[in-house]
Amino acid sequence: MQLSILYFAQFRESIGVSSEVIDLPPDMITVADLVRWLSNHSHRHQAAFMDLGRVRVAVDQTMADFDQDISGASEIAFFPPVTGG
Amino acid sequence: MKTVRVQSQDFDPGAELALLDSLGAGAVASFTGLVRGDDGVDRLVLEHYPGMTQRSLEMLVETACARWPLLGAIVIHRIGELAMGERIVFVGTASAHRAAALEACAFLIDQLKTSAPFWKQEWVSGKSRWVDARAGDADASARWLKD
Repeated sequence: MQLSILYFAQFRESIGVSSEVIDLPPDMITVADLVRWLSNHSHRHQAAFMDLGRVRVAVDQTMADFDQDISGASEIAFFPPVTGG
Repeated sequence: MKTVRVQSQDFDPGAELALLDSLGAGAVASFTGLVRGDDGVDRLVLEHYPGMTQRSLEMLVETACARWPLLGAIVIHRIGELAMGERIVFVGTASAHRAAALEACAFLIDQLKTSAPFWKQEWVSGKSRWVDARAGDADASARWLKD
């Protein structure tokens, strides 16, 4: 299944792209599974996901937790804590 | 009246307040956020998540309207490049009485700061740095979870 991954702010800069499309391996069930898989993808991904306390995630444009089920999702975004306002 | 706008251009707080005044409410409250010139910051760049920003702000307005008896609520947030002293954000609320208008206004800006997908990048003499989230903002947002 194809999944769009978006990166914002420091994540976009450290990974070097604002988005990528991946073929989701079938054993990926939660956000945490995906983060582990992406971390093994490249040194840039590994560095971006080093400090999980600073990773925020949205699944299909809604804020989510690391234990959220991602089967059926089409867009997952990673970013640091928000700083608007 | 429920209005949410995410835009690069400036807005006129007076015009927004006039819209709220025209609703026949007894109380109108508002908050306007400006770019601070801390530590020699000469401009900010506001990045956001286009697919999610508008909807997350609309959901906050819906939550505020469910919690307080509001006649109107306006949230405007700017994106892109902003110079020191420029307006970034406007929240305005109208209700029959002051408590609801003031509380809903504070709720909206506190929640926006911790849940809407915006990120500030500061520029100081040609160099950029991402602004860190502040623990105080998380505390201000969390206080609205208490009954």
